[in-house]
Amino acid sequence: MTALIDMASWVLLAGGAVFSVIGGIGILRMPDFYTRMHAASITDTAGMALMLAGLMLQAGLTLVTAKLVFIMVFLIITSPTATHALARAALHDGVRPQLDHDRRRHTEIEP
Amino acid sequence: MFLAAIIGVAVTMLLILIRALLGPSAYDRILALNLFGTKTVLFVSVLGFLNGRPEFLDLGLVYALINFTGTIAVLKFMQYGDLGWDEASKDKPDV
Amino acid sequence: MRYLLGLIVGLAALWLLLSGHYSPLFYAFGTGSCLLTAWICWRMRIVDNETVPLHLLAHAPVYIAWLGWEIAKSNGDVARRILSPGRSISPTMTTRRVGPATDLGRTIYANSVTLTPGTVTVGLRDGLAEVHALTDANARDIEEGDMDRRVQAFERRGGVRDDHSHDGG
Repeated sequence: MTALIDMASWVLLAGGAVFSVIGGIGILRMPDFYTRMHAASITDTAGMALMLAGLMLQAGLTLVTAKLVFIMVFLIITSPTATHALARAALHDGVRPQLDHDRRRHTEIEP
Repeated sequence: MFLAAIIGVAVTMLLILIRALLGPSAYDRILALNLFGTKTVLFVSVLGFLNGRPEFLDLGLVYALINFTGTIAVLKFMQYGDLGWDEASKDKPDV
Repeated sequence: MRYLLGLIVGLAALWLLLSGHYSPLFYAFGTGSCLLTAWICWRMRIVDNETVPLHLLAHAPVYIAWLGWEIAKSNGDVARRILSPGRSISPTMTTRRVGPATDLGRTIYANSVTLTPGTVTVGLRDGLAEVHALTDANARDIEEGDMDRRVQAFERRGGVRDDHSHDGG
């Protein structure tokens, strides 16, 4: 049983590392600021969640796991808020997204 | 295995740092900065487990708080050029 | 009153969780700081169903599970696009009139959209969300509004009408 949990935790940790590196590659590869944000949200969701889940399995049912849960909840709430604030600020500042399709009904949402 | 995870995070941090240096716009750099912060939280947490000292998680938690506040503060400063009130609404209360 | 009580209970649980020291001195510190924080929040008049959404608590697990599954799916999709050679993205911007009527519901919707890789809410104003999507398909998903309906159902099951909400939808 312990070996099984250990194995699951290694898989989760490795998965988290792989996803965060993929996100890092995306941040370098993507063509403009707005598309880079999507790559960033990979490392912020999959990378973070898998890695913390792996650590949770290592810690078992202790206060450490409770702290890990709290870190995860906090990051899940703050990371979209920060991303949204960043995107909105960039759009207001006149950073133009490179778009293939633009289906916005109103030209721009006023500040 | 903790080592493999930590290497993965470190490589990601390196890639993010390259983006922060390349830019080109200030917003790319802020995005990279914010991501670098969340990766630091992961780095510190895994490092705590690697060293057998899970108390490091408290540092990670505080770092997450500071990182979020810092990002919002920088954005607010960029948008308004000020962290507090502007002249017009100086006498109005904040809440 | 029940929101203030909920806030105090939540803060106390947080203290017990994070402190890890269980002695009378630390209990006293904890009680003091929880009451101080609750008093400051009460004085700022921010203790209401928006900051302490007790009514959503019971129904949150269902929504979180669904959102987790959506995030997992789109993570796989975006990761594949990052790694595939050549250009496999088609950045699209779109707007959607958001369904949830309360500010809290709209915030949950906008944050869920942003949390899902492939879509980012760029603006939310007067019930109109402006979304940047990595691909055309992602934008179509937003326009079809599956997530919107989920948030609306989640909000309805909570059942409390929000007294802050501005008309605009």
